[in-house]
Amino acid sequence: MSTLIRDRRPAADSWQRLNRNPDGTLPALPERGPYIVPLALWVEQRAQLLERPGPLGVWLDSHEEPEAIAPDVARLDVIAVNFPKFQDGRGFSIGRLLRERFGYTGELRAIGHITRDHLYYMEGCGFNAFELRDGEDPQEALAAFNDFSEAYQASVTRPLPLFRRRG
Amino acid sequence: MYIYDAVDQRLVDERVRQFRDQTRRFLDGKLTEEEFRPLRLRNGLYIQRYAPMLRIAIPYGLLSSRQLRKLAHITRHYDRGYGHFTTRQNLQINWPRLEQVPDILAELAEVQLHSIQACGNDMRNITSDHFAGIAPDEVVNPFVWCEVVRQWGALHPEFNYLPRKFKIAVNGARADRAAVAFHDVGLHALRNEEGEIGFRVLVGGGLGRSPSMGFAIREFLPWRHLLSYLEAIFRIYNRYGRRDNIWKARIKILVKELGPEKFREAVEAEWTHLKDGSSTLIAEEIERIESRFTRPAYDRLAVQDDVPENAWAAPGFRSWTKRNVHPHKVPGYAAVTLSLKKTGVPPGDMTSDQMDAIADLADRYSFGELRVTHEQNLVLADVRSADLYEVWQVARLLGLATPNIGLLTDLISCPGGDLCSLANAKSIPVAEAIQRRFDDLDYLHDIGEIDLNISGCINACGQHHIGHIGILGVDKNGEEWYQIEIGGNQGEIHPGARPALGRVLGPSFARAEVPEVIERLIECYLARRDSEAERFIDVVHRIGIEPFKERVYVNAHQRPASGGRQLAAA
Repeated sequence: MSTLIRDRRPAADSWQRLNRNPDGTLPALPERGPYIVPLALWVEQRAQLLERPGPLGVWLDSHEEPEAIAPDVARLDVIAVNFPKFQDGRGFSIGRLLRERFGYTGELRAIGHITRDHLYYMEGCGFNAFELRDGEDPQEALAAFNDFSEAYQASVTRPLPLFRRRG
Repeated sequence: MYIYDAVDQRLVDERVRQFRDQTRRFLDGKLTEEEFRPLRLRNGLYIQRYAPMLRIAIPYGLLSSRQLRKLAHITRHYDRGYGHFTTRQNLQINWPRLEQVPDILAELAEVQLHSIQACGNDMRNITSDHFAGIAPDEVVNPFVWCEVVRQWGALHPEFNYLPRKFKIAVNGARADRAAVAFHDVGLHALRNEEGEIGFRVLVGGGLGRSPSMGFAIREFLPWRHLLSYLEAIFRIYNRYGRRDNIWKARIKILVKELGPEKFREAVEAEWTHLKDGSSTLIAEEIERIESRFTRPAYDRLAVQDDVPENAWAAPGFRSWTKRNVHPHKVPGYAAVTLSLKKTGVPPGDMTSDQMDAIADLADRYSFGELRVTHEQNLVLADVRSADLYEVWQVARLLGLATPNIGLLTDLISCPGGDLCSLANAKSIPVAEAIQRRFDDLDYLHDIGEIDLNISGCINACGQHHIGHIGILGVDKNGEEWYQIEIGGNQGEIHPGARPALGRVLGPSFARAEVPEVIERLIECYLARRDSEAERFIDVVHRIGIEPFKERVYVNAHQRPASGGRQLAAA
């Protein structure tokens, strides 16, 4: 079981994630419970999903386009972005687009191959929840949010770059 | 020199602390090899053939004497008493111990140096003109803009895990001494008719296994938009650059696959969202960064003194001033290149003792400042003309006064198969064999300006594609062979030859044959040039490669002198 950090605290996870079947087909959505569904399922069953009572979540793989859910972000409680490999950095751009361009304000969760070494950058790109890979100590990992005390660039956490914040 | 402020220093210190922790976790088995690899690369640590290699970033090649002394100490204390200056204006040390690297980085931070993003799939050290700030043909001082971009790209939250490495070069003079057409992004700073600064932006240039010239995505980007426009380029690349194949992951491939026009449209569409946003630069910031650069306190009376008359009688001094001394925009001053291309010394290599001595030289004669050139030499940029003779005498004692700058023996070479695990072939022995063949200074000066570049493999760290003569080590059934290109040109230095990629001459050669082939290329050039002013590259561009090809392959048996042995082409 991976460990969740939410808003810089270890947190319990009430969400379950629905994945594609091994043969690539989409699974049926169980009747109850909060699920984070793959983007393809959302695209296919958007109308039904919007009718469904309770919270809603969608996850995007790193090659998928956040533009696909841009009109619906206000209806979503969780958007998760997959980082399939330690080095796959596409999700960083997806995070910023969801927050800065599409105005998403709910939980933005990083899933996949996540270690504490990513946390500082991911937070800068708008992520506030992180499923750490097995073996990462969440308590120790919290320190990583303070790896750097300042940043030059504009980001989600610092909408103004350093040069616009100097006295 | 750019002098750090409190934030610059804090970030570098925090980076050291972060990497110390990452190294400890790796050594404790809490990070896998696969996880640690990108982290160590982002701190300059690369695993070479025999040992780790630590690449130290020298931002835009600018170095203080204090920093050079620190590098002398580091190479002496943690390594084997020497370092290697690279074609990207960095310094590499080849034998550090992994567990000591955090200590080395901490020592670097003490003198405002670092290895942040020196390797890895991120924005690398920015390179520039080694005569920035002093060149008579300068339009805009590129150093300020290099530093603006360095800060923007350092520890960028979104762009730390790009598909592949990303290299930026900035040039601000009429002549292009930064090879901007051969970088992922090349910025050519210029002024419009109103005198405002802007940038010609080139994208998708590069060397390596698919060499290409950058295309101009913008002819004049006003300076205010520099960072937001870079952000648009980086975002398009980060999202759509290929990640399935490391050999197709550079931005040049994306530009090629989309087509330059489609790529431009994608960037422009992204930029409409970012334009005039918070990353838009403000004049106060440019002034602030400008003010953090120290400027030499030039002596206005320097112009009254010149080289002492009796100095010209010293044998060798005149040819040194001809090749290694360069014009300066301030009257009474000159720039001096210290040649790291003495025959028998691997190009770019320097001992710890030489570093200390050069630091003293810089303090005494050049305001304590140095530049690393992408041709792998060092420059004292602000020497009084009256001091040139003394500088020459000291440089000569140090073995750094070979009067060959811009000439054939001032060749560029990667470390090659002696050190690098990627290399197919050795490059340093080839460099040395060529230097020995052309050891006659009069002949060398007669041949005139020529760029010769050697890479030990297709990754092209020796930038062979843009050498007027480029040599590439290739592997054929486990044997080392050398392919030769001619006609490459890094940038417009003199009016005439345009930037160009070299063309392969034909089948490759055994190592022992390479000097002879170079000799024949030179003979062909000397026979065909219309005057001494016409350089090798000008002749190649004028008459094409065929006559050279013929000289090397077809007429090999008709040559009476020099060796007489027929070349066995493979």
